[in-house]
Amino acid sequence: MDMKVAKKLGLKERYTLMTRDLAWDTTYQPMDKVFPQVTFEGIKIHDWDKWEDPFRLTMDAYWKYQAEKERKLYAILDAFNQNNGHLSVTDARYMNVLKLFLGSTPPLELMAARGFSMVGRQMVGAGPRVACQMQAVDEYRHFQTQIHSISNYNKFYNGMDEFAHQQSRMWYLSDGKSFFDDAITAGPFEFMVAIGFAFEYVLTNILFVPFISGAAYNGDMAAMTVGFSAQSDEARHMTLGLECIKFMLEQDPDNLPIVQRWIDKWTWRGTRKLASVGMMMDYMLPKRIMSFKEAWEIYFEQNGAALFTDLARYGITVPKCFSQTIEEKEHVTHQSWIGFYMKPDATPFHTWIPGKEELDWLSEKYPNTFDKYYRPVYEFLDQQEKTGNRFNNKTQPMNCQVCVSTIKFNEPGDPMSTCFRETRYKGEKFHFCSDHCKDIFEHEPEKYVQTYISSHQGLQGNCAPEGVDVNAPDFNPGDHIADYWKLDKRATGDFNGSEDQKNFAAWRDQATKN
Amino acid sequence: MQIDLRTVSITPLRQTFGHLARRMGADKPASRYMEATMDLQPVENFHYRPTWEPQYDIFDATRTKIVMKDWYALKDPRQYYYGTWTLARGRMQETAEGDFDLVDELGLAAAYPDAGKDHALSVFLPLRHVAWASNLNNGYVSAYGYGIAITQAACYASMDQLGVAQYVTRLGMAFNDLDALASAKNAWLNGQEWQALRHWVEDLMVEKDWFALMVAQDFVLDGLLYPLIYDRFNDKLNDTYGPVFSMLTRFQREWFGETAKWMDSILKVAAAESPENKAVLAGWINTFRERAVNALIPIAEIAFGDTAGSELDDAVQQLHARAAKAGIAL
Repeated sequence: MDMKVAKKLGLKERYTLMTRDLAWDTTYQPMDKVFPQVTFEGIKIHDWDKWEDPFRLTMDAYWKYQAEKERKLYAILDAFNQNNGHLSVTDARYMNVLKLFLGSTPPLELMAARGFSMVGRQMVGAGPRVACQMQAVDEYRHFQTQIHSISNYNKFYNGMDEFAHQQSRMWYLSDGKSFFDDAITAGPFEFMVAIGFAFEYVLTNILFVPFISGAAYNGDMAAMTVGFSAQSDEARHMTLGLECIKFMLEQDPDNLPIVQRWIDKWTWRGTRKLASVGMMMDYMLPKRIMSFKEAWEIYFEQNGAALFTDLARYGITVPKCFSQTIEEKEHVTHQSWIGFYMKPDATPFHTWIPGKEELDWLSEKYPNTFDKYYRPVYEFLDQQEKTGNRFNNKTQPMNCQVCVSTIKFNEPGDPMSTCFRETRYKGEKFHFCSDHCKDIFEHEPEKYVQTYISSHQGLQGNCAPEGVDVNAPDFNPGDHIADYWKLDKRATGDFNGSEDQKNFAAWRDQATKN
Repeated sequence: MQIDLRTVSITPLRQTFGHLARRMGADKPASRYMEATMDLQPVENFHYRPTWEPQYDIFDATRTKIVMKDWYALKDPRQYYYGTWTLARGRMQETAEGDFDLVDELGLAAAYPDAGKDHALSVFLPLRHVAWASNLNNGYVSAYGYGIAITQAACYASMDQLGVAQYVTRLGMAFNDLDALASAKNAWLNGQEWQALRHWVEDLMVEKDWFALMVAQDFVLDGLLYPLIYDRFNDKLNDTYGPVFSMLTRFQREWFGETAKWMDSILKVAAAESPENKAVLAGWINTFRERAVNALIPIAEIAFGDTAGSELDDAVQQLHARAAKAGIAL
């Protein structure tokens, strides 16, 4: 006869008892002092109880499922490591995907963990608060399992060992850092649109496809297992972001223009961030899954458009940048890879000129642009390399004040010229890679004048290791930047002739021959 | 006898990441806890200041009065990263599930004497709201604390407290009693005897110093509440009526025994860092203990009647002993 009540309760009622019913409106301290951050962005919430829980997971069930997943995951990682799994990947060039990933992704997952902890503290409603807290603890899982899965590779290959030091210092990592720093310094609702919606919902597939499918296609069982294991977490995170958008839009019509502006801003910021991810797909994976262009068409143009059609009933329109991203999908990965190739002394991963078959693959996948604009560049660079004149750009790049990308993307409608915008604010000139970034700046100049641009910082003498006199007359910032980065020379430059390449070949022989 | 199994052995170029080798003073293999924790939080070159508190950096060591040269000295003796934490909780929830099932199967809740049941539920059930407050307060520590060593442990503690609040809720449901949950919430909101405690946890929700909040909530309040209720009150119920409540609150007891070790270690390391830290911690503990004891007196009276004073004194002694062991003289 006992437990009858519990059995009669539906899942929703039971979950309500387990979460919202625990909460109360404080009276000894005013609610706006307990939750001080929910009004300053201008978002109006009238009834937090209208929040629809996107998933209903109590802690006992959470621990049960997650513990099962962890047990399997770490068993596979251990087995993979014990059996020299790193030698079963397709080609040693694959390691460079891991280097780019380790530098860029776990540090951002960590920022997501801290950001969701903040929002999980600040949201007034018990429903969104708990959902955000659960995402926060999941994000700890993600950055930790990613580090654990790559840890064994670090023992054998160069360029991964200083990721923690480099995350806040390396020039090419500052676009991702600025993305998350921007989101976390915004208010809780903008954070939810930036990370919960734009990143987790609209763009996450484009990150998952190259990395996780790429791992699977290239024999990296460690990274593949981490990715597959994270999928059910990601499914929860996606529903949370979407629910938050709908909740804001349903609460007050005044929220629409604010949310729309955030969607425009963060879809563009995410798109810029994904240029280097696309480069992984088109250039770095020895065995490719699909082109970036194809992924963009499926995951952004089709799925994204369907999503925005669904949101149209709230008055949401497709992000302003939508058509520009469609034009750019045929260009950005090539421009990015060429950009990295031209900076051989400045990254802890190797670059290379695609081989003949790879160039043909790119021609086939990019029939409108590759042969016309990019193949001739590679052919020229290859010829120069072969005559001992390998291109090496030793100058500081010009960076966009908002997205921090190096200014290298083309003018819309004109692939032969570089897109460049500038504006003046309080007597100073600021540079941008696009109209969208310029718009973002002009809406919140006081925020974006703060952007940390590593080329400026280097020139100002702020990137010298301790003990270097930056005021000495013969101080040259370029002399010390590699030390500031703790950049291992063995990890830089061309893949051909690298220590990674030689070791991999020798070890594979040792493992497979007598 | 051991069979000599062989694998192809390749000499690694290095044993661990650079930041861990520098921390350990040698290139040697690091534990997964260290890999998952040490030196990972960004400390410089932030792009923007928080729009919500521009006086601080995104992560800012001056958000507390406690000063540490190395925030990663605040290690977790349980070595919990997400994987080990969730495996430990997974085992505990399995035990708890077994306990709830057994009570259900044997009809133990229904067979429990009415007087004992009413008494027990009147003490236990409002505590789900205390755990909810602790969830929020530990959430603050995980959001605004400094260094992943402390923020991840606080994040886990925050989720643990949500779990505790839910296990207390299930305790009410196991006794077939939604009315009891409703009247417990009413007691929490309006009952005279719960107001000092509610007042105290609401005051903690606006405490800005995350380390102070951690000391107030996790060391002092939980350090008094858990021994008082989950140990002593359970003992009393066991002696008078039978062990059902003890079974259904096993998670809380085990959790406190384990988490107290973490808290004690954090206090010990922070106190050992400097005489200033030690003085700040002693001051906090004294102030917070006074508020917490006052808040708990009426609860102890519901639970223990005449012996409330001595039971609470014992819990205070226990707390003092833990502080002394951590090197903090009160």
